[in-house]
Amino acid sequence: MTNHWSDLQNTDCALIMGGNPAENHPISFRWLTKAKEKGGKIVSVDPRFTRTSSKADVYASLRSGTDIAFMGGMINYALEKNMIHKEYVAEYTNASYLVKEDYEFNDGLFSGYDKAARKYDKTKWAFETDEEGNPVKDKTLSHPRSVFQLLKKHYSRYDVDSVIAVTGTPKEDYLKVCEEFCSTGKPGKSGTIMYAMGTTQHTVGTQNVRAFGIIQLLLGNMGLPGGGINAMRGESNVQGSTDFGLLYHLLTGYVGTPTAIPEHATLDGYNKKETPAGGYWSNKPKFLVSLLKAWYGPNATKDNEFGYHFLPKGNKNYSHINLFNAMYKGELEGAFLFGTNPVVGGPNAGKEKEALSNLKWMVAVDLWETETSAFWQEEAGSDPSKIDTEVFLLPAASSYEKEGSVSNSSRWMQYRWKAIDPKGESLADLEIIHMMVKHLKALYKNESSPAAKQFNAVDWNYGGGDHPDIDLVAREINGYDLTTGQLLKTFGDLKDDGTTSSGNWIYCGFYPEEGMNRSKNRDNKDTGGGNFLNWAYAWPANRRILYNRASADPSGKPWSKDKAVIWWDGIQQKWVGNDIPDFKPTVAPADPGGTAPFIMINGGLGGLFAPTLNDGPFPEHYEPFESPVKNAFSSQEINPAIAIIEGEFNLKGDSKKYPIVGTTYRVSEHWQSGSMTRNQEWLSELAGHMYIEMSEELAKEKGIKNKDQIIVSSARGEIKAYAMVTKRFKPHMMKGKMVHQVGMPWHFGYKGYATGDTANRLTPHIGDANTTIPEYKAFLCDIRRAD
Amino acid sequence: MVEINLNRRQFLKLSGATAATLAIVELGFNEKEVHAKTKELKIAKATVTPTICAFCGVGCGILVHTKNDTVVYTEGDPDSPVNEGTLCSKGTTIRQVYTSEKRLTKPLYRAPGSKKWEEKSWDWMYETIAKRTKETRDRTFVEKENGMFVNKTEAIASLGGAALDNEETYLLAKMMRGLGVVYLEHQARI
Repeated sequence: MTNHWSDLQNTDCALIMGGNPAENHPISFRWLTKAKEKGGKIVSVDPRFTRTSSKADVYASLRSGTDIAFMGGMINYALEKNMIHKEYVAEYTNASYLVKEDYEFNDGLFSGYDKAARKYDKTKWAFETDEEGNPVKDKTLSHPRSVFQLLKKHYSRYDVDSVIAVTGTPKEDYLKVCEEFCSTGKPGKSGTIMYAMGTTQHTVGTQNVRAFGIIQLLLGNMGLPGGGINAMRGESNVQGSTDFGLLYHLLTGYVGTPTAIPEHATLDGYNKKETPAGGYWSNKPKFLVSLLKAWYGPNATKDNEFGYHFLPKGNKNYSHINLFNAMYKGELEGAFLFGTNPVVGGPNAGKEKEALSNLKWMVAVDLWETETSAFWQEEAGSDPSKIDTEVFLLPAASSYEKEGSVSNSSRWMQYRWKAIDPKGESLADLEIIHMMVKHLKALYKNESSPAAKQFNAVDWNYGGGDHPDIDLVAREINGYDLTTGQLLKTFGDLKDDGTTSSGNWIYCGFYPEEGMNRSKNRDNKDTGGGNFLNWAYAWPANRRILYNRASADPSGKPWSKDKAVIWWDGIQQKWVGNDIPDFKPTVAPADPGGTAPFIMINGGLGGLFAPTLNDGPFPEHYEPFESPVKNAFSSQEINPAIAIIEGEFNLKGDSKKYPIVGTTYRVSEHWQSGSMTRNQEWLSELAGHMYIEMSEELAKEKGIKNKDQIIVSSARGEIKAYAMVTKRFKPHMMKGKMVHQVGMPWHFGYKGYATGDTANRLTPHIGDANTTIPEYKAFLCDIRRAD
Repeated sequence: MVEINLNRRQFLKLSGATAATLAIVELGFNEKEVHAKTKELKIAKATVTPTICAFCGVGCGILVHTKNDTVVYTEGDPDSPVNEGTLCSKGTTIRQVYTSEKRLTKPLYRAPGSKKWEEKSWDWMYETIAKRTKETRDRTFVEKENGMFVNKTEAIASLGGAALDNEETYLLAKMMRGLGVVYLEHQARI
């Protein structure tokens, strides 16, 4: 989230799209309720009329997978009706930049497309620069190659009638949504966009979020209280685990993983290629070298590039789908699983289960026996005698049987103290990881093979006991001035010469001095604006509202009193206010860069046009991988830049055989793959059955009654469930064609108290063009009665 | 609510929380009165420990009441500015994460071709896992590719971690990169 949960109370309008906080982030909704009490509006856009929709002032339905059409229409609406915040757009975004003549857009394709490789040459979307390399601007925004004019042109095709013919939204509802949300473009108003996996789990997931970014920049909603783009994260520490780099493409703090390309052969080469000339990322070498010092300690020296060569360098996309494809093909031998259950939660889960039997060994660390660690059992439909996988199932302690910090969606790092000893022989993951490393270290101790050299170089000193000293881990994350041994107070002090260490630069400063782990802060006095600066610690630098420089006008005055966050104090010559400035505190508005609020980006201006993504500088509507209709916006049916795995691993359904749009979602009583909740008695009783939700119209067509047993089928498989016939789904009318949609919870499996068939046996192995996040949220299926 | 404050105060003393926090907590209640009221409650004299909910990303504060080596009660933390004492259905029942009979309490091993789990000691598990890891890693390790150091194994994967603490995710990432693992993924992708 750019903002945070309690800040939601400050919004004039919350557009909730691709998420259902009333059910899946229930406590967040109390802040939306507060906003409503102050006159704020809630807009819910969802294929299903959810509990969030029931609390909304405006509800609009859309067919799953048509978000860009929906938002593109809103961008066009805001521009045509002149509802944008013009000064904000001109001053704080790249609207004025000129794009080179190479840029083109024709029939769904941007310039630079290589059809065979399904890839773009992004250099065709470059900005025009002067002799010194600075972007050429037209502040009048009238140049035909200015970003503003290109944006206008691109989205002029998204007129209301074209949009609703694709999304299936009733026109009146669509206009109400646009009017309501675009009204936050007025100075003095702010609007927030809240989303979750309904936005990201598409082949155009990244561009869905980009569309949010564009509208929020046009309306001047970034950096304001009650504004921003707010991803509602689904797990207690999925924010933290991402911050700490448990993804193939990221080290800690969003520093990209070096890869096996010639430019990354040396640290210097990596720094040259990956460090932008301007913006805060120009400090990247300091973050990376400090990380290397934290990981390799005394084995990271100037002479060995601080151990840079020890970092593993891959040469492909190793993300979840490809990982399971490799396992399916027998390329993987071993796997460690920490509290994860892909046999229920992975896409095309039947194939993921099959893949597991190709492993030689699997280490599963969990509180429960899950469908994944038990994949070899008869109960799972397997023949154990034919599966040679060795499985090591290690009992883990629960969240309050150990101590440590977690980072919530608001980026607040909050401490969990230990309430009780781990149950039975279970142990904290911290100890399990530590002990595995210690045993491996012992095995490698006297070896000097290349494999041994890499692992022996890892600096691992967390006390003498079996249980590591968590305080030492916390300090290592924060980092030290290695010349004095003192804890670092800010990431501003990091250096690229090996004299500082920091395990994760964005957290540097949470532990600024002895005895001051700020994630333990519990002073709940509101320090102003609902920011609670002394409760927990928000990365980076305890900032609660990102880009808050944009809450003030170019001269440094708040756009309005009601929406003030920080402002320039001419007497003190610094930025002051209710939050830590997300800006250099002493850079005056009149100074160079003083009006460029997006400090991470080179140039500091918000990217209406983004020449960095794999599938285009502007979001463009394409149909999902499996769709019941043709793309009405161009002859490109699906995102031209997605990678497609052909064959048995990813069977594709035809709309003639599978005419119904399927999607998945969660319920309040269960969590993710269900292992944490289906193993509890009360929650299992509250929500005990797998069901498929469908419209009355579809039920009638298929002769299905409420509570009937039905079969849902897709190209990947079939599952059985109860029919839930409701008014919450309505068929969509698309140019006279009726398209049905069904939805289903994805929590169920065969273990635990509450059991049921697994929805993900139906979903495809296809991912987004930038993130490879699977397209769980829009696939094709069919339904029939079970008897 | 008062009995909670008493217990929380005890906790804060134990945990060495700052005087400033204590002052806030101590405002406005009579300790003797509280004792009298709580005498017969199940949570009387229970130890109260603040935690953060283990489910979604909202990060609600929860108070865990423990007594006689078990969890007797959990409730929303009224001091948390995120939830101000409220909880959803999952947060409310978090006690059962501890009390559920389905919890694993011993390390379990499944041999190739076997139909069942066998109980094993932690030592045996650690030693065997380390051996398997080393064997696979050493056999599949690639030090150089086209003349450049790549130091990796593409035969071992690591999955999961979104429910771990920050400190744990940090050590896990350090361990896996340290072993040369490139198939490193978790729930943020799915």
